[in-house]
Amino acid sequence: MASKPRVKLPKSVKKGQVVQIKTLIPHKMETGRRKNKKTGKKIPQHIINKVEATFNGKPVITADFHAAISANPYFVFHARINESGTFKFVWTDDKGKSISTSRKVTAA
Amino acid sequence: MNGKNIISIIAIMGLGLLIGACAYNQEASSVYETEADKRAADPRNKNYRSGDIYSGYVAMTSQSRDMQDDDFSNPGFLWVDIGEGLWSKVNGSKGKSCASCHGSAAKSMKGIANTFPRYDAKTKKMIALQAYLNRHMVNDMGAKKWKWESKNMLAMAIYVKLQSRGVPVKAGLNAQNRPFFVKGKKFFDQPRGLLDMSCKQCHTDNAGNMARSNVLSMGMPNGFPTYRLKWQKPGSIHRRFIGCNKNVRAKPYKRGSEEYTNLEFYMLQHAAGLKWETPSVRN
Amino acid sequence: MSNSLSKYENTLERRDILKLLGLGTMAVATSSLINSDALATPDAATKHLAKLSGSSSYKSGKVKIKMPTIAENGATVPISVSVESPMTADNYVKAIHVAAEKNPQPQVASFHLTPLSGKANISTRMRLGKTQNVVAVAVMNDGSVHRVSSQVKVTIGGCGG
Repeated sequence: MASKPRVKLPKSVKKGQVVQIKTLIPHKMETGRRKNKKTGKKIPQHIINKVEATFNGKPVITADFHAAISANPYFVFHARINESGTFKFVWTDDKGKSISTSRKVTAA
Repeated sequence: MNGKNIISIIAIMGLGLLIGACAYNQEASSVYETEADKRAADPRNKNYRSGDIYSGYVAMTSQSRDMQDDDFSNPGFLWVDIGEGLWSKVNGSKGKSCASCHGSAAKSMKGIANTFPRYDAKTKKMIALQAYLNRHMVNDMGAKKWKWESKNMLAMAIYVKLQSRGVPVKAGLNAQNRPFFVKGKKFFDQPRGLLDMSCKQCHTDNAGNMARSNVLSMGMPNGFPTYRLKWQKPGSIHRRFIGCNKNVRAKPYKRGSEEYTNLEFYMLQHAAGLKWETPSVRN
Repeated sequence: MSNSLSKYENTLERRDILKLLGLGTMAVATSSLINSDALATPDAATKHLAKLSGSSSYKSGKVKIKMPTIAENGATVPISVSVESPMTADNYVKAIHVAAEKNPQPQVASFHLTPLSGKANISTRMRLGKTQNVVAVAVMNDGSVHRVSSQVKVTIGGCGG
């Protein structure tokens, strides 16, 4: 899979606060509809098809992406943070490969 | 009426069609007129104008401006991240990274964007940033060249130019580089290709008008390499020149060619006063 | 010169001129998303969303979609969907599904939320092959489904390879 994903969220929040989380990851999101200009053969589909966000192991949101999601997928969502802990973000592609990253948040 | 006249007539009509109302949809032409005005009226634009000139930022939609303004979600910054990593990474047989000699990029590379293309005493021609970087890596680091449009080269060019962001474009003319400025201007003003069109016809004479659904920019280099929505990745200004030349059915030159390097230098001059924006977001 | 121009205006249609210039083919060729065969239809999008949401009767008002009226470029079009909901354990949005009526395929994305999502508000960037409606449905935990759509104009750019 591609290089490092970007994640933006606050490091410390008030308990119960709802925060916005922004994510951006490099990926071609090859649609499977393009043809190689030289050979004429179809370039096979290769996309990120799933993004999962969990907090302290509990699911916050899951996204299923299809080829209509633009390259370098940008995904913004929200989360209510009731306690301190760790966010985990996992991007999975249609070849089964995945990339993940975590962020700690303190809630006071 | 000979063949050349017919082509000129068609080219002129083609230009008229491009800059006039959209040929495909009568109703859309009234939308376009307000659309061009709407984009020009965005209060953010005042930071992207200087006297009579303005950056391509002004020609974009509000949503594209939003994308450029947010350093987190500007996709060009994914390449900034890569460039930042490359800056500190050992590259080549001499075991050095850029940081080994240049230290902090924010300090050492500030304003550098204004010095490329620069006059090169060795070749007695102008040299663009990417060509210079390759020579520098090969000779001084014992490293391999990177292809002009490769991930590494785009990332490094973006990362280096980012350090000039906000700095006004100011590239001095002197006895050495002036002849190349003149050559670049000649290229810009010269009609070419089957459509017999010059850069000037669209980007000076018709800047601010619509070409189908795009608002024509003034053709400014201060945001390059840019994240182009159409390419869904960043690209160099020489790549853009290639596309523009192909679209007027002119045979394009190569990245790093004298023609494109001189053209880039001329365009740098005519952008004087605008601020560096790399990595910008363009259509 | 002007006599020759008016002669052309009288005898040639705009489309003919564009074909001569090769601009017609260029306009079609710029879209890499569109395949000359099957394009989705509004029906396909409706069926797809009905299947995902488990309902074909929709309410309106709670779900909103934010997209530009004219896309800068069909390859990257920002979209935000928001749903009015307290997002508590008893009252929350279970899923948001997005479909495009005239893309090669109707499916765009599905978002599976939980009360921990806090707000039912998501944003992303999507591809649109031509002017069309983008439809979003929100499925609540009680099974009710809300729907909204937005038309986005996607046009051919002027120039630039």
